[in-house]
Amino acid sequence: MSGVERAYDDTRAGSPAAASSAARAEVWLWIAQRASAALLALCVLVHLATIIYAVRHGLSGAAILGRTRGNGIALAFYALYVLAIAVHAPIGLRTLCQEWLGWRSASLNWVAGAIALALFAFGLRAGWAVFA
Amino acid sequence: MLQVSVWRGGTDGAYQTYEVPRYESQSVLDVVTYIQRNIDPTLSYRFACRVGMCGACAMTVNGVARWTCRTHVSKVAEGDALQIAPLANLPVVKDLVTDMCEFFDKWARARGRFVPGTTRKDEFARVASNSPERVAIDAGIECIGCGVCYASCDVVGWNPDYLGPAALNRAWTLVKDVRDQGRQERLEAVAGDAGCHACHTHLACGERCPKNIVPTAAIAGLKRAVALAVWKGEL
Repeated sequence: MSGVERAYDDTRAGSPAAASSAARAEVWLWIAQRASAALLALCVLVHLATIIYAVRHGLSGAAILGRTRGNGIALAFYALYVLAIAVHAPIGLRTLCQEWLGWRSASLNWVAGAIALALFAFGLRAGWAVFA
Repeated sequence: MLQVSVWRGGTDGAYQTYEVPRYESQSVLDVVTYIQRNIDPTLSYRFACRVGMCGACAMTVNGVARWTCRTHVSKVAEGDALQIAPLANLPVVKDLVTDMCEFFDKWARARGRFVPGTTRKDEFARVASNSPERVAIDAGIECIGCGVCYASCDVVGWNPDYLGPAALNRAWTLVKDVRDQGRQERLEAVAGDAGCHACHTHLACGERCPKNIVPTAAIAGLKRAVALAVWKGEL
């Protein structure tokens, strides 16, 4: 068998359906990371503008809480922001672990999933703390 | 005189320094050839055409992958010092010779062959030279498989399964070929962790390509085509 024939054979080795579904999952992760990045770009701009407004107007902690308490729009915005972070960051960390640490086993997916849940839970808790 | 540091041995080899007379319009390949013909005949290296057509003489010169035949010493020498090593990201066979098997096997894995769909009885396909597909193909079709982009790619170093810029560029020229019938299989082959989505858009491949091809642009095209196919449930 020549090198080229062997290479063609390599791609057919194992279960093509399984390989294909793994590749599909990777593509979905890529789409999720790009979509969340687009969302993050918008959210970070709004968040920075909010910070600059608060600082330039010398708002106290109490004044800020007065505006965020019971403010459904602020809560919805920060929930979306937290969601984008929880999707974006673990996918990037997963790639870093694969490429720089050579960590490619299934355990990495569980760890990335746990980081996603933790980011979402802690972020939402912070958002809720200034709402309730 | 040039002080030329040349990689000798296999992966566990070391640099050895040679003194080579300096001439005007001297290429790096001239330097390597001088060493082999006048100082040490056991030095191994590859070349064929000497005029930038075959891509066989690619090596790492002062840390950068280049065609040695088209690289003037005056452009790359730091003072009188040259360091010449085999291409990175490929196993070293001996001295300046690398094993290119994996590089070309990846072209096959990326389904880099044309899949015809017509017979000799059918009409010729007519592809306008200014059609968007043909323009996209023209941007990448001049690749001669020298391996400079592959040796310059960070992602190949991090992920040994990554198909690499040249193979993905080839796949893209076929994805844009209106005559080709292997689109589905090819998009599947270039999807996923070892495929186009692993590219970090560092652009080193395009920066170093002696043919001024930008494989990153081809890979970006593949990313869009594969993502769209997955989104539509076609893959």
